[in-house]
Amino acid sequence: MTPIVRFRSVIKRFGPLEVLRDFDFSVRPGEKVTLIGPSGSGKSTVLRILMTLEPFQEGSVEIDGLSYHEPGGKGPFRARDRHLRQIRSRIGMVFQSFNLFPHMTVLRNLTEAPVAVLGLKRAEAEERAMGLLAMVGLTEKSHAYPGQLSGGQQQRVAIARALAMRPRVLLFDEPTSALDPQLVGEVLNVIRGLAHEHDLTMILVTHEMRFAREVSDRVCFFDRGRIVEEGEPGQIFSAPAHARTREFLQAVLGEAPLPVAAPA
Amino acid sequence: MMYGHAWDLSTPLSFALSILPILAIGLVVTLEATAAGFLLALVLGLAFALLRRARSRLITWPVGVFVEFIRDTPLLVQLYFLYFVLPKYGVTLPAFATGAIALGLQYSAYTSEVYRAGLDAIRRGQWEAACALNLSRWQTYRDVLIPQAIPRIVPALGNYLVSMLKETPILSTVSVIDMLNLANAIGDRTFQYLVPLSMVGVIFLILTLIFSAGIRAVELALPRAGIPLR
Repeated sequence: MTPIVRFRSVIKRFGPLEVLRDFDFSVRPGEKVTLIGPSGSGKSTVLRILMTLEPFQEGSVEIDGLSYHEPGGKGPFRARDRHLRQIRSRIGMVFQSFNLFPHMTVLRNLTEAPVAVLGLKRAEAEERAMGLLAMVGLTEKSHAYPGQLSGGQQQRVAIARALAMRPRVLLFDEPTSALDPQLVGEVLNVIRGLAHEHDLTMILVTHEMRFAREVSDRVCFFDRGRIVEEGEPGQIFSAPAHARTREFLQAVLGEAPLPVAAPA
Repeated sequence: MMYGHAWDLSTPLSFALSILPILAIGLVVTLEATAAGFLLALVLGLAFALLRRARSRLITWPVGVFVEFIRDTPLLVQLYFLYFVLPKYGVTLPAFATGAIALGLQYSAYTSEVYRAGLDAIRRGQWEAACALNLSRWQTYRDVLIPQAIPRIVPALGNYLVSMLKETPILSTVSVIDMLNLANAIGDRTFQYLVPLSMVGVIFLILTLIFSAGIRAVELALPRAGIPLR
């Protein structure tokens, strides 16, 4: 199957620092991939490049057969706005800090882009939004403002907001890292539900190892701008081949690798 | 006698009361000039601020130089320039329009900095969320950034409104019939300057107090998170 996302020999620099070094990575349509690794290893940068929030210097990136750089394209992104917007139309993103629009109600947060970008009628967009709010269990909050919600609720709204644009690929950038521990579960439950959507491709950056193991088809371990090991979660978590992977897992789990059997 | 109103010089108080209707005519002009100038400053300032955030240096540079130039040259010089120099090149505007434009232009340089600071203060995540939702640059400004900037910039804009109000007497130098101009005329005719000029001062004091209270009321009424524009 042709990959929906493909990075080839990508180099991304922040000044003198190479964040991604000769980076190769691809994702099949419908695949759920989790990126793990120490902070600063380039995981979030992969998502940010995909979302066109960061340009990259060398190599090529494609989504859905669409190349990020246009031939003769100018500016840091080497593409015109129109082209970047075509790319963005295929992707949604959920951020660590939710980034809801604080001056809009929850409902408005979900209908703003479908109306402004997709050209949906307001009534249509609201119907879609209410369906998504029901899915994330927040129907009764449709007229609340983000500031009146808990962090977990805000993140669930943010997931619904991203889904309202019907992306083919959904990116999660540490979606639970800013949450109080007791609120993590409700957000993971929503993401877990999405993992059953066959058409939706998901790329997650997370430090929730048990969760990663449960929902992913594939786990990629990052170290210093490269994927040093990847494979099925069972293999990565139980029998990591690479020394760096073992060290990392031991450090974050604070114990020996997880048992082979998936948690009930 | 002026504009059909006679003055009564018997006591200072009666003098003051008798010239009040005359000064009121100038007061209207003062308020009109403030309103027109401030509206222009709000619109132009926003345009300058957005242009200075454009991606192409071919835009940001000339606009930046122009704004700095306006900001760092005296209002009176700009006013004289518009009033006395432009007609030589075929651009003749009425005195009031010239005055309002000069005020608006000068203050647009200030307000553009206010907008710029207001927009810069919005967290980067808002830009990124708008980008992830595929909003265009224009939609991002209109629906996400500017609405959130409004509550932050109202106090600073209010200060400039009061400051502009107090600068309107400068228009009397290009023959706009404002309060100061009328007070001077009354003084010239009666040889009594103390009362008319004091009246002008007191009226300005009352106006600025009213304006400041109004701005504070607006500030308090605005939701902290921002105002949707649509």
